[in-house]
Amino acid sequence: MEDTTTREAAWTRPPGGPHRQTVRLRVDGRDRTLEADTRTSLLDALRDGLGVMSPKKGCDHGQCGACTVLLDGSRSLACLSLAVAVDGSEVTTAAGLPTDGHLHPVQQAFLDADGLQCGYCTPGQVCSAIGVLAEAAAGHPSHVTADLDADVVLDAAEVSERMSGNLCRCGAYVGITEAVLRCASDAAASAASDPAAGGAR
Amino acid sequence: MTLQADPPSSPAIGADLERLDGALKVTGTAPYAYEQPVEDPVFLQVVQSTIARGRITAVDTAEAEALPGVLLVLTHENARRVASTDDLEFAVLQEPDVAYRGQVVGAVVAEDAETARQAAALVRLTYDEQPHRVILDATSTHPDSPDLYKPAAVNPSFETDTEQGDVEAGLAGAATWVDVRLSTAWLNNNPLEPHTTVARSHGGALTVHDSTQGVHTVKGTLATVLGLPGEQVRVLSPYVGGGFGSKGNPHPHEVVVCLAALALPGRWVKYAATRQQMFAFTGYRTPTVQRVRLGADADGHLVAVSHDAVSQTATVKEFAEQTAVVSRLMYGSPNIRTTHRLAVIDVPIPSWMRAPGECPGMFGLEVAMDELAVAAGLDPVELRVRNDPPVDPETGKPWGQRHLVECLREGAERFGWAGRDPRPRQRLVDGWWVGTGVASSVYPAMSMPGNEARITALDDGCLEVGIGAADIGTGAWTALSQIAADALGVGVERIRLRIGDSDLPNASVAGGSSGTSSWGAAIVGAAGAFRVQHGARPAPGASTTAGMLDVPGADDVAQYSFGAQFAEVRVHADTGEVRVPRLLGVFSVGRIVNPRTARSQFLGAMTMGMSMALHEQSVVDPRFGHVVNHDLAEYHITANADVVDLQAHWLDERDAHRNPMGTRGIGEIGIVGTAAAVVNAAHHATGVRVRDLPVTADKFL
Repeated sequence: MEDTTTREAAWTRPPGGPHRQTVRLRVDGRDRTLEADTRTSLLDALRDGLGVMSPKKGCDHGQCGACTVLLDGSRSLACLSLAVAVDGSEVTTAAGLPTDGHLHPVQQAFLDADGLQCGYCTPGQVCSAIGVLAEAAAGHPSHVTADLDADVVLDAAEVSERMSGNLCRCGAYVGITEAVLRCASDAAASAASDPAAGGAR
Repeated sequence: MTLQADPPSSPAIGADLERLDGALKVTGTAPYAYEQPVEDPVFLQVVQSTIARGRITAVDTAEAEALPGVLLVLTHENARRVASTDDLEFAVLQEPDVAYRGQVVGAVVAEDAETARQAAALVRLTYDEQPHRVILDATSTHPDSPDLYKPAAVNPSFETDTEQGDVEAGLAGAATWVDVRLSTAWLNNNPLEPHTTVARSHGGALTVHDSTQGVHTVKGTLATVLGLPGEQVRVLSPYVGGGFGSKGNPHPHEVVVCLAALALPGRWVKYAATRQQMFAFTGYRTPTVQRVRLGADADGHLVAVSHDAVSQTATVKEFAEQTAVVSRLMYGSPNIRTTHRLAVIDVPIPSWMRAPGECPGMFGLEVAMDELAVAAGLDPVELRVRNDPPVDPETGKPWGQRHLVECLREGAERFGWAGRDPRPRQRLVDGWWVGTGVASSVYPAMSMPGNEARITALDDGCLEVGIGAADIGTGAWTALSQIAADALGVGVERIRLRIGDSDLPNASVAGGSSGTSSWGAAIVGAAGAFRVQHGARPAPGASTTAGMLDVPGADDVAQYSFGAQFAEVRVHADTGEVRVPRLLGVFSVGRIVNPRTARSQFLGAMTMGMSMALHEQSVVDPRFGHVVNHDLAEYHITANADVVDLQAHWLDERDAHRNPMGTRGIGEIGIVGTAAAVVNAAHHATGVRVRDLPVTADKFL
């Protein structure tokens, strides 16, 4: 019993009070600096510290995927990283994906397939989908990949499996899967017409 | 600008229009409540009770207040007195009493979120803990059980009990009968966007960015509870990250944040509930225990329908789920009896969750219908067709449009139902038992009174259409723009819709699948008045505010939407793993405003129904009174990989009885019956009848 009390006191009263540290990030193409509490997650640093609200907080425990961003190019849950631990990283959110005022092809595919309803999980879904396409192109197998040595072909089962870390309570999964499949087939088509651009493996 | 004559030659209603708010949402730049830019905010964290019943006897806030950065610690000892305690859910921090575990019993405001959270953990409360009861007793299904009481009415104002004819005599004379006890689980709405309130008091007026399904509802509640004149409260909510009913009414956090804002005038106070807190005080679907008895004659016609439903409510406030109401109208029988009873226990306040009443009630009725079909040796589609009543059995009124049979027939055709071998446990494919099942869906067509819209001609030739409606993911931004375009005789691109602001004309809550119909009718009414007042060439600045027109005879017919859902279920013979590789729904819902967003509504609701069938269950610890699995890792909802072949179809129709658009409402019917279709298919696959949701692997082993 005494042990529990001691542990709790240590947890709720860090000696010396909050610690702050300077964190430098490149967010959606802009260099940003903030003084962050060392307990601050990357997600809270983006949202509360820098006002970058595109990644969403749905659970804060890495369970829903709404905070998915591209961290140095790979999909990552911003709520599971401490800001101080990713000092110097490049972060791309769904807000940073459009170029010259045009939506990223994955974003346009989500709109075309109506792969969204309330929109709260959507920026995370979009970032995750970009990650899925890159991982498949790089040959990463998933739980449902039958042949671990062959090139990955993104069919509906592969997409659904790979997108299952991003929950959608509105239930837009049919549209989400369709959107990612369209992007996968577009990517395959462009790789076929331009062999130099394909062949990630 | 010239307004074309109505109706337009190529109407916007019915067009497959891309979501108008879509670009904002795929980039994450639609500002939800927490994301509204506010200057120099402070952060609130709530303190929750750690007992389920009792009284706070001592409060020690010294440590919390001493933490650098803490601005305010509120408990019942120092919080502002509220002006009204008529609704005890909103009498927050007023008394030392604790009525459920996780109740909001304090709040801390600090300069940053981390400090607020740390300080909330430093508030020391001492309790006089009393014994509690938090589990709905599954054995108490008899309406005369002493543990239960009969509420005066069930949500929102239905008769508690009804009896037509003599059910016992009907059952006694039945050729086939079933007596089924079933239960549905405690379910939490869990919109992905947490319940959020951001408020500032400025010069005595409150501005509140809230994640809500109804800005006017929240404004009214806050004004009443806080004793402020209505014009001093403004609530904004242009984008809402889902609600499914839990944001249909305010909850204690809205009051607490505003109490803090009033105590810290000039500062924006920000609060977003944690996922865990959303299991404690933002509403949920009560568990239900149901007994359904059905009797049929030798031809399969129902001679008795009896539906007894028990649900739970809180000591703080009554909520009576209208579970058995569906059995009053769904099928024809000379003898129909329904009852509702409540157990009042030490739990959080149940509230609305997508199709309250219809969703759990149709689970009970439609599983029982399947059991009756099996017992009578009748095809389950045919049993439902045979019992399709010519008029509403409850009121005797003619149906507005009752197309259940058409939905069943079209669904059976699309699904490939014909030639189905009715025998259970006959099809073992690659180690999986395979079966198919069907269930009906129903939802009332509701229109809410009191809606108004304001039409204003702008300088750039566009028309601003303002109404305090909400888009919680339904597509209201798009659908209302389409309705306005047709009503005003302009293209959709000329409509500038404004919603989600209580300074706009009054709008009813986004609930009861009534939004598009109610708000749309107001927009059409206002557009008509605008044309009369300003002609076909309105000058910039011309403006009209008006409401919906009465539809003569609307109450002379029984207005419901219907549907049929077909499921294929596979249950693994060794592990009991359950999969739903196919789910198909056909719905009769009146006119469809936008087929793209409508399809998403149906598919989304069916997905949530599949979730209810397979996964969802809030598990309450009887020792402590809290939901143990209070996060999204342990409260499972349907994930992408659960959805394989999911289809929604609808009948091409238009309902002339309720509003000028011909709509009835689509948001909820898709979740009604889904779980029963899954259970019925699982029985067909395995021969095991699961009567207690969710349908988990252990139930087949």
